[in-house]
Amino acid sequence: MTGDNSAFDNSAQAVFSQRDSSSPSLGQNVNMSTTQLSPTAAPIRPVLPDGLVVFVKRDCATCELVSPVLADLRDRADSVTVYTQDDPSFPDNLSDVIDDTTLEMSWHHDVETVPTVIRVIDGAEVERTVGWKRTAWEEVTSVVGLGTDLPDQRPGCGSLSVDPDRAAALAAAFGEAVLRSRRVELASLEDDIEAMFDRGWSDGLPLVPPTEQRVMAMLAGTTRDPQEVITLAPPDLVECTVEKIAINAVMAGCKPEYLPVVIAAVEASCTDEFNMHGALCTTMGVGPIVVVNGPIRDRIGMNYGINAFGQGNRANSTIGRALQLVIRNVGGGRPGEIDRATQGQPGKLGMCFAEDEAGTPWESLAVDQGMDPTDSAVTVFCGEAPRIIVDQQSRTPESLTNLLAEALLATCSPRMIYGIDAMLVLSPEHMARFVDAGWSKAKFREEILARLQVQTDTVLSGHNGIDEGLPVEFGGAELPKFRPGGLLLAHAGGPAGLFSSVFGGWVSGAKGSIPVTKKIGS
Amino acid sequence: MSDANAAAGTVLLDPTGELNPTAIPKSTRPESLAGLTVGLLDISKPRGNVFLDQLESHLTALDATVMRFMKPTFTKPAPVDLRHEIASQCDAVIEALAD
Repeated sequence: MTGDNSAFDNSAQAVFSQRDSSSPSLGQNVNMSTTQLSPTAAPIRPVLPDGLVVFVKRDCATCELVSPVLADLRDRADSVTVYTQDDPSFPDNLSDVIDDTTLEMSWHHDVETVPTVIRVIDGAEVERTVGWKRTAWEEVTSVVGLGTDLPDQRPGCGSLSVDPDRAAALAAAFGEAVLRSRRVELASLEDDIEAMFDRGWSDGLPLVPPTEQRVMAMLAGTTRDPQEVITLAPPDLVECTVEKIAINAVMAGCKPEYLPVVIAAVEASCTDEFNMHGALCTTMGVGPIVVVNGPIRDRIGMNYGINAFGQGNRANSTIGRALQLVIRNVGGGRPGEIDRATQGQPGKLGMCFAEDEAGTPWESLAVDQGMDPTDSAVTVFCGEAPRIIVDQQSRTPESLTNLLAEALLATCSPRMIYGIDAMLVLSPEHMARFVDAGWSKAKFREEILARLQVQTDTVLSGHNGIDEGLPVEFGGAELPKFRPGGLLLAHAGGPAGLFSSVFGGWVSGAKGSIPVTKKIGS
Repeated sequence: MSDANAAAGTVLLDPTGELNPTAIPKSTRPESLAGLTVGLLDISKPRGNVFLDQLESHLTALDATVMRFMKPTFTKPAPVDLRHEIASQCDAVIEALAD
């Protein structure tokens, strides 16, 4: 699969070569110098000249205010070097101002505010002050009587080198070579989007080009080291690092704050219990369904209301997609190759939703799976597309439970007994039937499981002229539709609509797939 | 900025696993199965045994010695020990896949 790229690939592992970047994701064009970094060396931090070093920008009232002070210092101090971040002709009253519009000096020396005055002795910073405060400036510069006609102090302004819009570009330009993935250099006339389709990276929809800047920005969404190996991605059992997940998350269209959720979903799906390898190879149309619980849902703006399983919400749509792209690109699992699904299902593009926790007193899915209610967690369930269960007439919890059980008995087929798990997602209107009657989740679970016992005689192979079914040796018994623990319960959806949904599962238990819940890290 | 840089295209990070797999050459195909030991691997799918029973009788008629093996589940790759067992005892293997 990587052989296709050989004609285009840049063989250098971690060379940062900067060009004028007019990426729309940045606030402004950042004029960057060409900086080459070797894969193994730390970035070279430029040394400050000895004496006093001042960082200013024109677009700062305080810098404007102190420009006469800088002229004064030029006369009275041994050496005063001035770096300007935006306009090399500022301050107008000084000559020999150094252009730091690339922000290289400012970035390397952690300038967060302008003006910043640093005293440097033998190439090392001794002390600094930020903004304008006469007493502080006199102490740092060892010159008294500065700016006597100025107010005693004035706060500074934000340094351009810490502007959030530029952070990713600057980190990519000047930071340590944190990115280890091979660089793929496209031809100048090559269309970025088409190029990614051509290389087989796509799931059928356009991808966001994973440039160094975008990936650096994405990596800011986690505290984990980019080279930390999260799992071995099946089917090729490739080491899947945080960096690889970030690259695919960029392509999926994720925001950096979604990355911890994607990482947790990858971690959960690639466990032996979940058995992603099996989920890929199977002819059944199943895929990992990601359910998110906890405070992170609102923090990143997930949807657990109207159209919760559908389109329209960036977090829901891209988190599920990022997981599938990791399996495709890092793990090597692709339709027609290892993926042999007969018909598949649309959720294999990506299926992720959040649970509505506030709308019910019931425990969340994550809590059922052993998490604390305050944890943010993902649960991955190997399942098909959701199937609607319609009940618009039941007004009692008993009647609704009867209907739900009747519908659940048909999951996958009425003849499928004990072999598959399922996840029932109640809508708010259906949930209200139970909550209004004072049913706890435990009570509901007990009631519905009691209605999911199957008389095996009715589902034997050959019964009713149907070959599919349990072997005749199983006759005369009673079996539950689902294995113990095989029915997951969750809650999501808009405020109106007397419909719930069931996601049928795949082969259940240790021989197939077991739902896995993982805590979402930082 | 140099002309070379000005003409360069977008640089992307490789999203793939960047594998460089070692190519393992296949064993030579035997001319005939007579006198050879052929392993039949059942992947535990319903009626896989029916198909393999048929194969066994055909192979026996061709003077091959048949050994039967079974994977614990069709959902995961065969355990390493099983693969080793097959490889060390058989000259060829037939695997019953799919449904």
